[in-house]
Amino acid sequence: MRYSGFKVITEGLFGNKGWKPAWRDPAPKAEYDAIIIGGGGHGLSTAYYLAKNHGLTNIAVLEKGYLGSGNIGRNTTIVRANYILPGNSEFYSHSMKLWETLETDLNYNVMHSQRGLINLFHSDGQRDAFARRGNSMINQGDDAILLDREGVREHLPYLDFEQTRFPIYGGLYHPRGGTARHDAVAWGYARGADRRGVDLIQNCEVTGIDIENGRVVGVQTTRGAIKAKKVGMVVAGRSSQVAAMAGMRLPIESHVLQAFVTEGLKPVIDHVISFGMGHFYISQSDKGGLVFGGDLDFYSSYAARGNLPMVEHVMEAGMTLMPMIGRAKVLRSWGGIMDMSPDGSPIIDKTHIDGLFVDCGWNYGGFKAVPASGWCMAHLMATGESHPVAARFKLNRFATGHLLDEEGTGSQHNLH
Amino acid sequence: MRITCPLCGPRDRREFYYYGTDDYLNRPATDAAPAAWDDYLHNRDNPAGVTRDLWYHDMGCASWLAVTRNTVTHAILKVEAVAPVKGAAQ
Amino acid sequence: MRIEGKGHIDRTKPLRFRFDGVEYTGFQGDTLASALLANGVKLVGRSFKYHRPRGILTAGSEEPNAMVEVVDGNHHTPNVRATVQELYDGLTARSQNRFPSLKFDVLGVNDLLSPFLSAGFYYKTFTWPRAFWEKLYEPVIRRAAGLGTLVAQHDEAAYEKAFAFCDLLVIGSGPTGLMAALTAGRAGVDVILAEEDAQPGGRLLSDGGQVGGQPASDWVVGVLAELRALPNVRIMPRTTVTGVYDDGTYSALERVGLHLAPRADLPRECFWRIVAKRAVLAAGALERPVVFPGNDRPGILLASALRAYLNRWGVVPGKRVTLIANNDSAREVARQVMAAGVKVAAILDTRDTASAVEDCPVYLGARITGTKGRLGLQSIDVTHKGGKLTIETDCLAMSGGWNPTVHITCHLNGRPVWRDDIAGFVPAAQAVPGLIPAGACAGEFSTGAALANGAAAAVESLAALGIAAATPDLPSAEDAPYAIEAFWQTLGAMGRQWIDFANDVTTKDVALSAQENFRSVEHMKRYTTQGMAPDQGKNSNVAALAVLADVTGRAIPETGTTTFRPPFVPTSIGAMGAGGKAQGFAPQRFLTSDQASRDRGAPMIEAGLWYRPSYFPKPGEKTWQESCHREVRMVRTAVGVADVSTLGKIDIQGKDAARFLDFVYTNTFSTLPVGKVRYGLMLREDGMVLDDGTTARLGEHHYLMTTTTAAAGLVMRHLDFVHQAFCADWDVRFVSVTESWAQFAIAGPRARALLATMLDRTPDLPFMGVTDVALGSVKARLFRISFSGEEGYEIAVPTRYGEALFRDLLARAETLGGGPYGMEALNVLRIEKGFITHAEIHGRVTAYDIGMEKMVSAKKDCIGKAAAARPGLVGAERQQLVGLRAQAPITAGAHLFRPGDRVHRETDQGYVTSVCWSDTLNCWLAMAFLENGRARHGESIRLVDHLRDIDVICEVADPVFFDKEGAKLRA
Repeated sequence: MRYSGFKVITEGLFGNKGWKPAWRDPAPKAEYDAIIIGGGGHGLSTAYYLAKNHGLTNIAVLEKGYLGSGNIGRNTTIVRANYILPGNSEFYSHSMKLWETLETDLNYNVMHSQRGLINLFHSDGQRDAFARRGNSMINQGDDAILLDREGVREHLPYLDFEQTRFPIYGGLYHPRGGTARHDAVAWGYARGADRRGVDLIQNCEVTGIDIENGRVVGVQTTRGAIKAKKVGMVVAGRSSQVAAMAGMRLPIESHVLQAFVTEGLKPVIDHVISFGMGHFYISQSDKGGLVFGGDLDFYSSYAARGNLPMVEHVMEAGMTLMPMIGRAKVLRSWGGIMDMSPDGSPIIDKTHIDGLFVDCGWNYGGFKAVPASGWCMAHLMATGESHPVAARFKLNRFATGHLLDEEGTGSQHNLH
Repeated sequence: MRITCPLCGPRDRREFYYYGTDDYLNRPATDAAPAAWDDYLHNRDNPAGVTRDLWYHDMGCASWLAVTRNTVTHAILKVEAVAPVKGAAQ
Repeated sequence: MRIEGKGHIDRTKPLRFRFDGVEYTGFQGDTLASALLANGVKLVGRSFKYHRPRGILTAGSEEPNAMVEVVDGNHHTPNVRATVQELYDGLTARSQNRFPSLKFDVLGVNDLLSPFLSAGFYYKTFTWPRAFWEKLYEPVIRRAAGLGTLVAQHDEAAYEKAFAFCDLLVIGSGPTGLMAALTAGRAGVDVILAEEDAQPGGRLLSDGGQVGGQPASDWVVGVLAELRALPNVRIMPRTTVTGVYDDGTYSALERVGLHLAPRADLPRECFWRIVAKRAVLAAGALERPVVFPGNDRPGILLASALRAYLNRWGVVPGKRVTLIANNDSAREVARQVMAAGVKVAAILDTRDTASAVEDCPVYLGARITGTKGRLGLQSIDVTHKGGKLTIETDCLAMSGGWNPTVHITCHLNGRPVWRDDIAGFVPAAQAVPGLIPAGACAGEFSTGAALANGAAAAVESLAALGIAAATPDLPSAEDAPYAIEAFWQTLGAMGRQWIDFANDVTTKDVALSAQENFRSVEHMKRYTTQGMAPDQGKNSNVAALAVLADVTGRAIPETGTTTFRPPFVPTSIGAMGAGGKAQGFAPQRFLTSDQASRDRGAPMIEAGLWYRPSYFPKPGEKTWQESCHREVRMVRTAVGVADVSTLGKIDIQGKDAARFLDFVYTNTFSTLPVGKVRYGLMLREDGMVLDDGTTARLGEHHYLMTTTTAAAGLVMRHLDFVHQAFCADWDVRFVSVTESWAQFAIAGPRARALLATMLDRTPDLPFMGVTDVALGSVKARLFRISFSGEEGYEIAVPTRYGEALFRDLLARAETLGGGPYGMEALNVLRIEKGFITHAEIHGRVTAYDIGMEKMVSAKKDCIGKAAAARPGLVGAERQQLVGLRAQAPITAGAHLFRPGDRVHRETDQGYVTSVCWSDTLNCWLAMAFLENGRARHGESIRLVDHLRDIDVICEVADPVFFDKEGAKLRA
């Protein structure tokens, strides 16, 4: 069923009785050409591009809970392509291009909104670092504008330019940055994959990975054994547990990142704002809630919830930067489980087991990567070769020293 | 979240700095195989359950502590100072 | 209208207030909601999506409809629950989410368009043409959405934060909470009794019942008197426990000044962090609406709310009251309404079999099939076992049963458990370690059971602390069984039936989500936005779940439940972020010379948490560059003084101190003679440069390490780790002495002359020497080190002498043609000499990258040595530190390309980290990282900064531009 404004009107006239299921609920088959473990954003987009770009349709996505039950539904929805390092630049740039045509491609409105992202800086040294970043972005073919203090004021007049602890020197403006409706991205990819024949199997937990003679042959699940010659582990948040089923130990530590949303308010913040000195970022959803967050709680955790010290730190950062939000009321807070890698960049690679692939280590930047991650993971699973824009996301790069450390904080998982 | 420092008693999480798992205590020799260094610096069991990790009593006695705790429930099961474990004179 | 003789308001204290420009009068003790209802105001808001007219549904913080803006001066607070806002004289409130007025709202047209605005409609359209999303569709949607308006100006109001500790935290002060607090209070333990309402007592104040043979509210007065007399009990009214965190930490929000006209001496709110050894949750239960067509009109409210308005505030919001219920609790409400002299038109009982004996018509098997009254209820259409009828009524009270207030038991991931007998969820056992849910929130709904439950929970909590507490005598109280027959929606009726009033979610939306296979409860929630409104589904989640279970043919427990997350009530960012405003966000560190620098007009800039002088302007200098270049010339030709106390200083002592330094530094310090200083390079264990600095050997077993300003804390933590984790048995101890010493650089050809004027002997220190000196009676340390390339000294005195010494040094320098220099000049001086800072050692560079690989001693192990040898970290493809010279302005952050190459990521050769104009060398200088750069000195390279429109050919050079041989240093 194709969605359109016309369809919304005709269905509305007839009581909305004609809307079809967005996806089927198939029973798992005994065998597939490929299995993707994980029905989150990355898993669903991998399935979609396997079907669309590579014609592989006898495939299944196995999801322990419901589709999109992981971090795709728990993030702060920011989409950007503002990286410094070669390896990251081209990947996120590719992702941005996919975002820009995603709705047409999926026939699904994910509400991708290029409202502009402004990264603030607070010293001459930070200006230099952001200038380097902005030039990297332009060298990659993306957009960046260096704003001085008055330039920031034109966009964000409500910030505290006089009293804030770390005075605003300027900002790096990324006009194509913005937000999208996170759940819709999962649903759009799920619907798109389903329409191309992919079996999306919910409430199906993988309990084992079957390996024979160094080759993957299938998986054990709570709904029985399923055979496949290719298996992709796309389970950020549970990567270590699933990889352990294949006897692997990953360079991943799991951490909790909290986020917050306020009650609905009339439009007041039109950009995405990032305040590095306070580890604070904020945007306003189309429903009117201020969506914001900060840094990790800084201890490894699978609880998907955090503690007050970081909650308060985030709120304090908001108050020093933009005290107008004092009277906005936080409606809900939540936590996601972050796959933290030692250099803060992801992994999309083969493993030492034939036919077993891994897509993990998204730290807290996985949402914007969903299109390109799926695109590149699909390419890898279909062809056996890394896609050129993801060629540096190797599993062994830590051993070889070919690191992608955007922040420069080093091989300590929680510092990225 | 509170950690009972062996020297200072129960203290709020705000006083501590977190480093990572206690793998960091088992430093290989400089000439150890690269794989040993890779394991030491990067690869982790990362259990969903009981783990042992390192915390620094930054705003207290400056002790490095090995904390046994549950990553799912956040329950803290045991706290030991790192130094005595590594054979410091008491 | 007000009922004489009812309510706990003070009728001798009338209060004036305004709502939407109209002035009304209420009484002390009113909420805005009770006062509006007393004045006959039913229409108070518009719904989120369809902009439907809405009235007051509840009498508590769970209110989904009656959200208003409360005005103070030229500011206002959006989304205030009229049911929580206490009335004060002069209170001004206005409705929100409507245009132009509450009665006539243009966007009310959405209601007519509702067939096209079904759940998730926006995912299916607005995608074409692509550019219209940001330009047209999204702005229209954003403006229509949202509720109140946030004033785009700083919130200057005061907020506070506080900590509290107790043995037992009792959350809620209804019958359960009061008995728990009394039991624990009498046992002598520290008790905090937190109550959301202004008055403790919970439903005992609003039910109009009896306890211990007296009116329940009188019994409350007696208990409170006893509790207040106990020094170990702290009663916190207007305090909502908002969340549970690890290890017995609870967050709570206290409304400190919100019930009064704004006062400068009172914070609006206080955010509490309460650490409790044990807790009793006595949060009660929330009544559910009944789901039927048109159930959202103004004039329709919960039966418990009607009861509360009658008993607590003496208000019945109508002249002909009707009740609909699926349980017995509405019967007592009807009796009380009648006793107050208000007509009850009918009781509608959805059950087929229930008592029909009341002093008013009772209809069994009743269904409401429609309602009328656009801005206020006028009539309802009813079917029942005996037929159908239309009832004229202006006030309809609903009771769909009760939901135990389980919310905070879910905050640590506990999943509540379904109980068929009460048709509701109760907390899972042990959902929160140390917390016992009791009374209605545990599914015990009668007053008698609540009293007993509260006492028992306190006894059990104290027993866990090893304290035996006696159960107080339990007063007599109502103890009727709870008789309910689940009723989730009105099947077969036409028209929209609201489940989530706040987000305008109807039964059709839930059915549509299931039809489209959004059958998981989380999918349904996210697809329909059910439960995501300001009440977070408090009024609607269970009904929505039941409807979903119904349409998907599953039982409720099988269908699941959504997760409640903190905070329990929406909590202002101002309160949770109290103290963060303006300078409060982070500590400020000031140099001893701070005032002296400010006295000379130096702009102070942030350096981490420190403030350092940027430059020292002289009369007539118009730009920072003029001052900076003068200061550079001054240092190069005479003498300059700079405060360098921000550098980290770590005092290291012990027999193994030398061995320890050899382990943490790449180079060797055990060979350093006493009285000498050496530059050291420190790596992280991953092989990247951590920090650099000079370390002096003050004695055989005594060193003084210097770190950079930025890495001072990092290095201290690193040393502690290396020592305690790897060599705890070595005899070495260290302590940060950064705050103990004030240290000043004295640099320039006349530096020695300056020192000669103040020291009792002319210093004859070799380059990189250190010695003790005396400044009068003050012992000082003198180092001969330089970050400027000139003959340089640093003199350190105990901090308390810092300011005096700085002022003295400046005075002496000025007699020699010198003076102070700031960060800008310091930066130029160091770039001219090729000295690195954290602009260069930014965490991704190795010793090899900065040309210091020879400093990594081959003879010994050191931290980071093994990892630095990884193949990806050595070799020609690495970008290496170089200098650049240019004749045109250049910028840091620019990237480098081979002249002639296309400018693109793939041809990118490196980037610029630091730049200055060098008056000394009469050209622009830069430090940069360039691929294989050390082999390319003398080449031309193209520097491109798109952001600042700079495209300049530079010459690649050795990064040491000035005095390469160091003749001046060693002079």
